[in-house]
Order: sequence, then C-alpha cells, then structure tokens
Amino acid sequence: MVQDLGYLKESPSQTAGPYVHIGCTPNFAGITGVYDTDLGTTMVNDRTLGERITVRGRVIDGAGVPLKDALVEIWQADAAGLYNSPSELRGTADPNFTGWGRCPTGAEDGVFTFETIKPGRAPYKDGSRMAPHITIWIVARGINIGLHTRMYFGDEAEANAEDPLLARIEHRHRVTTLVAPRDGSVYTFDIHLQGEKETVFLDI
Amino acid sequence: MSDLSNNKPETGAFFQRDRAWHAPALTPGYKTSVLRSPQKALLSLDGTISEITGPVFGHSLLGELDNDLIHNFSKPGESAIGERIIVHGRVLDERGRPVPGALLEFWQANAGGRYRHKKESYLAALDPNFGGCGRTITAEDGSYRFRTIRPGAYPWPNGVNDWRPAHIHFSIFGHGFAQRLITQMYFEGDPMIWKCPIVATIPDKSAIEQLIASLDWANTIPMDARAYKFDIILRGRRSTLFENRMEGN
Repeated sequence: MVQDLGYLKESPSQTAGPYVHIGCTPNFAGITGVYDTDLGTTMVNDRTLGERITVRGRVIDGAGVPLKDALVEIWQADAAGLYNSPSELRGTADPNFTGWGRCPTGAEDGVFTFETIKPGRAPYKDGSRMAPHITIWIVARGINIGLHTRMYFGDEAEANAEDPLLARIEHRHRVTTLVAPRDGSVYTFDIHLQGEKETVFLDI
Repeated sequence: MSDLSNNKPETGAFFQRDRAWHAPALTPGYKTSVLRSPQKALLSLDGTISEITGPVFGHSLLGELDNDLIHNFSKPGESAIGERIIVHGRVLDERGRPVPGALLEFWQANAGGRYRHKKESYLAALDPNFGGCGRTITAEDGSYRFRTIRPGAYPWPNGVNDWRPAHIHFSIFGHGFAQRLITQMYFEGDPMIWKCPIVATIPDKSAIEQLIASLDWANTIPMDARAYKFDIILRGRRSTLFENRMEGN
C-alpha cells in the first residue's frame, strides 16, 4: 500500500440541453424581469483600447445545419495581450475591456455575433509569443461536454506561422479551420462539429 | 495579507481532464449527439495563459432574489408552486480546495416538468409564478445555496418513451476558463435516474453518483423546506512552485 493521493474527481459534464438559454441568457429566452441584462452581452465601452472588430459565425452540425440552441462563449486578451483576470500577473489589463463574451445562437439563421477588439499577443510557456487568438467554448443540446477551440485571425499570417498551438496540428490542411477570414472589420468563424471541415477542438 | 493566505492568484496549469470519466462525444443512445459529436481526435495541449486565466464576477452583480427561484419571477405576494427545497453545497477543485467567487447559474423545469421556453411542447401547465433561472456566487469557503421548488420529471423526444428524471442544470465558472463546466444535479432516491439516456452517456456509475444530491436532513428547515446537498468539483491546478518561469516575466 502507498499513501492515497486524496484527489477528488471532476464533476462529470452533462449536456447543456435544449434550454441553456433559460439559464444563461434568460432575457434572450423571453424570461424578463429576473436579471437586468444577460451576462456577456457587452465586452467593450467607449474607452476600450484597441481596434474594434466583429466576430460572427455559426455552429454547424454533421448534416450542414446551423445550431439554433447553442451557447458560445469567448475569452480573449486585451489589445496589449493582457487578460482581465486575477491570474494575470504580467500587468493590469484594460479595465474597459471584460475579455469575456457570451452569445446564444438562437436567431433564425443561427449566427452568433461578438462586438469586441482585436487582442494582442500573449506568451506561450517557453517565452515565445502566441499569435493573436480568441478562446472559444461551445455548449448545446447533443454536446455532452463543452467544446474548446480557438479562433485565429486571417490577416495575421506571419504570427500564425509561428504560433505554437497551430504548429502542433499534424494535418496541415486543418489549420485553416481555426483561421477566420477578414472582410472589413468583420471576421467570420464557422465552427463545424463534424465532417470534412471539422474544426480542430482542443483538450486543453 | 499574510503569505499563508489562499487568496493569492494562482497561475498553475490545470490537471488534465480525465476524458474516460466524462461522457464521450458520441453516445448514440442520446440521439442528438450523433450529428453534433466531433469525430476527429482532440488536440491535447498543456494549458496556456489563455485557459489558465478566466473572467471574474463580483458579488455586486447579484440581485436580492437571484438565488430564490420561488420568488424571483413571481408576482408580489405570490410564490411558485411545488415542493420547497434548498440546494446547497460547496465548489471545490480536485485538490479539495474551496473555489471562492465561482459564478453558478442554474435553470430547471417547474414542478410539473414544464420549461418556460417557446420551443417547449410538453402539455404540462406553466406556472405563472415560476421563471426557472437563478444564480449565485460562492463564498470564501466555496459554499453556495439557493432556494427553489423541486422540478418535475418530463418526457422528451428521443426514444418513444424516454423521460428525464427530475434535475437542475448548473453552469459553473471557476478561476480559469479551462474549468468551465456545465452539468446537471439529480435527486437522491429517484429511480428514473437509471433509465435516462442522457445520464447513461456517463460511462462510470460512480461518476453518475457524483451528480446525485443527498437529502440533507440536518439542514432541512422544519415546517418550511427540505435541503439537498450538492458539491461540485472543478479541475485542480498544479502548484507553480517548480514551474519554469516565462522569459521576461
């Protein structure tokens, strides 16, 4: 016998189900008067530093149909590459930028939209720099455990070429599933849950 | 603040998620998973600062009735119909340490098993005094509590005669975005737990049992409400004592 490590097990995930919008975006779901606003609706204000951008996309199932009952959350650094979090020890992030957004894909076209800023570059563990990116988390009915992925920026080819996470993707044609093309100030990022264009999802 | 304070920000990477403990993505018994499950291997990577950090929600966010589902949607002087219960517990990490400041959001069906949602088609009646959502933030010791009514079981289109056992959905933010979790709480003694295709997506019986709240007689309020205790465990994080320091930081 040896000593028991004494670690607990993580609570197992269960699907967010068809009514995740009731719990996480009740105003959007038509349950008004409980909270003033839905959390994560606004990431920026007039004083936020950085280039204003729009991130737009859909979550698409294996039959090519966009989900209308998903919830998408994003988490990103500010324009200087700092996170608005107590675990950020490199400096103080822009107090006018939350870094976190939440959007239901409940509209008829299943599109999610975030009004945000383009993040700066944050360091990888070895001191090299990651390319600018947005961390994304997707839950919905039929998804048993939330899916993590990242969005990179189509106009950052040089930074993307030296990004340590993108470098780890063995099948190089799949790198493009994480890179959003730019059109004006809008980046479009469609997330494919399965099939030929399946997005690279992360165990991170 | 002394060096022994456990409030110092932590920066270690999170324990790797035990994917065999959680439900796999593809679980054909839960039909919706078939077209919504990634089929390629996940890219496994130790956490970076993008996942080690996460948003924080202050207690000032909370309204007075946010943790009282019996009253947060009801008309003045009225209350939701159903069995009054208190749900409480602690949010801990895998090292057994409390997770203070964790935002918990919960949602559920009413006492008859009906959700307040435009896509809900179950014939059970809506309760005009029940909205079905609430939230709270854990205290310094990781504890939380809220008041609600016990939700009803309800049928759902999967197999011809599949029913969900009574359950409450939980969404949990820890301290890092890697800890983000959504799960469901079930009730001790409910025989329907073991008939549910969504519960059955979890392969390990002891993992399922971790989602079943115990009837907590000691905390039951006489002549008022029964208590159920439900602890939630989030991913642990490594000590940073011997981690390499990042260049220039």
